[in-house]
Parts: sequence; C-alpha cells; structure tokens
Amino acid sequence: MPTDEERRQIEEELKKAAHKQGSCVDALKIVQRHRGWVSDEISGIAGMLDMTPDELDGVATFYSLIFRRPVGKHVILVCDSISCWIMGYEPVREHLKRRLGIGPGETTTDGQFTVLPISCLGACDHAPAMMVDDELYLDLTNDRVDEILEKYK
Amino acid sequence: MAERPLTKNIRTDRVPLSLKEYEAAGGYQALRKALREMSPKGVQKAVTDSDLRGRGGAGFPTGQKWSFVPMGEDAPRPKYLIANADEMEPGTFKDRLLLEGNPHQLLEGMIISAYAIQADVSYIFLRWAYKLAAVRLERAIAEAYENNYLGKNIIGSDYGLEMYLHTSAGRYICGEETALLNALEGKRATPRAKPPFPQVCGLWGKPTIVNNVETLSNISHIVNNGPDWFKGLSLSPDAGTKIYGVSGRVKRPGAWELPMGVTIRELFEEHAGGMREGYKFRSVIPGGASTEFLMEEHLDVKMDYGSVQKAGSRLGTGAMIVIDDRTCPVGAVLNLEMFFARESCGWCTPCREGLRWIEQILRAIENGEGEPEDIGVLEEQCRRLAPGNTYCVHAPGAVEPLQSALKVFRDDFERHIREKRCTWK
Repeated sequence: MPTDEERRQIEEELKKAAHKQGSCVDALKIVQRHRGWVSDEISGIAGMLDMTPDELDGVATFYSLIFRRPVGKHVILVCDSISCWIMGYEPVREHLKRRLGIGPGETTTDGQFTVLPISCLGACDHAPAMMVDDELYLDLTNDRVDEILEKYK
Repeated sequence: MAERPLTKNIRTDRVPLSLKEYEAAGGYQALRKALREMSPKGVQKAVTDSDLRGRGGAGFPTGQKWSFVPMGEDAPRPKYLIANADEMEPGTFKDRLLLEGNPHQLLEGMIISAYAIQADVSYIFLRWAYKLAAVRLERAIAEAYENNYLGKNIIGSDYGLEMYLHTSAGRYICGEETALLNALEGKRATPRAKPPFPQVCGLWGKPTIVNNVETLSNISHIVNNGPDWFKGLSLSPDAGTKIYGVSGRVKRPGAWELPMGVTIRELFEEHAGGMREGYKFRSVIPGGASTEFLMEEHLDVKMDYGSVQKAGSRLGTGAMIVIDDRTCPVGAVLNLEMFFARESCGWCTPCREGLRWIEQILRAIENGEGEPEDIGVLEEQCRRLAPGNTYCVHAPGAVEPLQSALKVFRDDFERHIREKRCTWK
C-alpha cells in the first residue's frame, strides 16, 4: 500500500489530470522515487487511479525505466545504440565491469550501483555517453568513468 | 550567411532565453499577429502554403495534417495539440538542442498551432532522459502562464489554451503518434490501428494533432515572415531549413541548422570536418537508424526528402551516422536490429518475433556461426516485415537498413559466413 506521503503526492498529480489513468506513469514514478523500485504490491495505487491492479501492472511492466526489481542506490544507464557502439560503448561497459564487478542488469553486492543498457540518449555527437541517475556524462573514456564513479562512492 | 531562424537565438552554451529575453529578440510577436490579425484558417493556410513538412521523420505536410481536424461549433471538444519530444531515433539529437536551447520558441509555435486547430489543451510529450529539457520547459511554461501567453483569454483574445508537460518512462515506441496517445492515456504504449486517424479521433477519442518539436519550432517564423520567405530558405523543392546532425568517427560531430537540401558531402566534409585521422569514409545512414545505407557515390545527394528518396533511402530525422572503414558493417546492422528488437512493443507478432529472429541470425553471423542460407532467411524476413503487415512502421523501419546492407555490404556478410569470423576483430 502507498505510504501517506506517496498518497499525498499522487493526489497532487491527480489534481492536474482530467483522467485519473493518465497520471499512472507519474504515480509509478512517485513510488519509485520513494522506494527505488515498484514492487508487485500496487493494488492500493491502482485504486487511486481507477485502474485494476492488472492494468497498472501492464503499464508498469511496459516501461524500461520503471524498475520492477530492487536496484542499487545509483543506476548507471549505458547507451548502447549505434553512434555509441561505433565510438566504443563496449570498452566503457567492460571498464565498468572491471571496476564494479557487474555486467548489465546486475547490482553491486554493497547495493551502491546497478548497471543497465539504455537506448540512444540523444548525445550522439559526444559518444559514448551514459547517465548516472539524472546526470548525463559524455565523451567517456576509462579515466572519465573512474572520475565519475568517485563522485558516487 | 544563410538564415538560421531556429537556432539564431540559441547560445553556444545553450543557456535558454528567459521569457523577457525571448520577447526582446522578437519572441511572441508571431503569436500576437496570429491572434489579432489572422483567423485559425488563415494560420493553417500560411503553414500549408509554406510547404512545411513534418520533421519527426515521416515528412508529412504539416498544413495538410491540420486540415483534417474538425473545425467550427460542432467539432468534438476538447481538441488537443501535442508536441512530440520523445526523440529517441538512434543517431538523432536535434530536438534536444531546440528543447534545451530555446523552449519558448517551441511554446510559441505550439500556442499558434493550437490556435490554428482551435485546440483547448496541449501536451509536451518528453522522453525521460531529457532531464535538463524538462526543467527548462517547466520554467518556460510557468513564465508563459504568468504572462498570459497560456491560460484563458490569451493576451486579451477570446482564445485560451492549457499546457502540460508529460515526462515518459522510456521506450522508443512512444514516439509513434498513436502509441504516444495510449501512453498519455495511461495505457501500455502500443500503436493503434488507423483509421480512425488521430486528427479526428485521437487522445481520449477527441481530435488531436501530434507534431514534432522541430516542426512546431518553425511555426512562429512562418507566421512572422510568410510562406514565401520560408520556401526561400531552402536550396531544394522542400521548404525551410533543417537541423542536420553528424555522428560517428568524424572530426567534429555535431548538429547544424542549414538550408534544406545541402549535400551529404557539404555536411560531412565542411561541417563535420571529414573523417578522423586513420579512418576512411565507407558509408552513411542519412536520417537516423531506420534509414537505408548510402555509399561514397551518394555524397553529392542533397539532403531533402525527394533527393534522398531518389537515392534509395530516406531523409528521416536528418541525423547522419557515418560508418568508417574500420567499423564492421555486419556489427553495425546487428547493433541497429538489437535496438529495434528490444524496442518492439510486442503488440503484433511479425515485429515481436521477426525482429528477434533477425537479431539472433545477425549475432550468429557476426560471431562466426552463420550458415550460407542465413542471408536468404534475412531477405525473407525483410519481405515479411514490409509495410502493411504490422500496425505501425516500427518493423518496416527496422528492416530498411538491413535490406540495404544485404545489398551494399553483401561481400562482408558472405565473408563472415565463409571465414566463420568477423574480419574486423
């Protein structure tokens, strides 16, 4: 069930909406912001949106950035689309693996980082690119990746 | 120097103009002109006469799209105008420039366009990853409300418009206009069958126009300067300027607003600076991931809708991806198809199953495990995923680079299979 704070924030979103269901992605994001991910216990949220739990589950499983399993404190999204492939996202991913000991879809044992692949970040003129949480990082090299990881330790 | 209406007010560091700065640069004058001197039909006519075509990739004439919206007292309400800011076509980064660099230009274009179709509500559908754009758009929308460019009785007129920013949660398919509508309604973002078309029956069953960010950013300039001026910006029969992008192993990857119809060579050599030391040009995907490869012999092709199509590809988003001589073309196609397979929404079978199959075969070939008959299977899949077999153009777009690669890089595919290895590794 949603906490009081989650419920309050979802209700705030619903005030702006002509159709409650239209706010479901915002509601899922609110829950994810609080908990890091969205568990299967979503019937309470679905009720607020006039949706069945199955309908909300269908939406939640559709989107790549609604996490349905626990993720680390920081999520590293490595762009693997064509321009980043040409410019070498694979070495970046290899370097992350050496440094963190995890590949795509995995979380470090200390719960600090999750690495995920992501489609084109629209930063192709500065490839390879990745995001850590809300921050975009460009022109990646091994040294640059090391610097970035330091910031999040 | 050629005029650059879309980017002339974008600073090098992309810090956007505040509303006051935008007004000082002539901003919101077109909105005043439209609301005070032009009828909705008059604005539609100016845009139709300008020959503006959709900049999201399909190139549909914007004025014609608007003309399908029911007008007058009996029209269903509310009507909607949506800016498609879900930019996610691999290789494409032009809308990011417009969203981050000049959000008020988009807003003004949206308000005028909404007036032209008499929309009541507007949305900006923004992709999740564009965090900076989200902050800047929220700010711009708030400023526009504070100054009565949004809300009821906009600058003293009878016309009112509400505007909302919707930030998505990933998935390329959300950029497909009917999938985008389902996404906004809070459903799984699968495409809808057409007809009915969104212009008549769109968001929540009401008339809806979905236009790309670059398309909408042109509107205030067309209203200010007229259709003939807009046509005069171009070097080709397709009007206006275009924001072109170049990425890959070139000296200066980037995006530039240039007259529609500059040649691939000019873009590649003059603006992108040619290849980096040690690399040779081999091929180019001219308009984002879902367009067919062009070769050295096509360098003098003009980057406009008609010319690129005549050369056997599509202008698409105008985002060129350059393939160099040290990049394996089979690997490149594998990367493209991996993207399309992953981003297939799964709604219709040929796309969901076919693209995955294509990806697996390509991976086998790239890993030296391909069989001679694989090329035939790939060709067969290209035919099966041709237009008409799926709800939307995701799969037909996905096989465009594949079917051209099977022709222009045939030797590379055959060598991978014959030698049982990738010869670039």
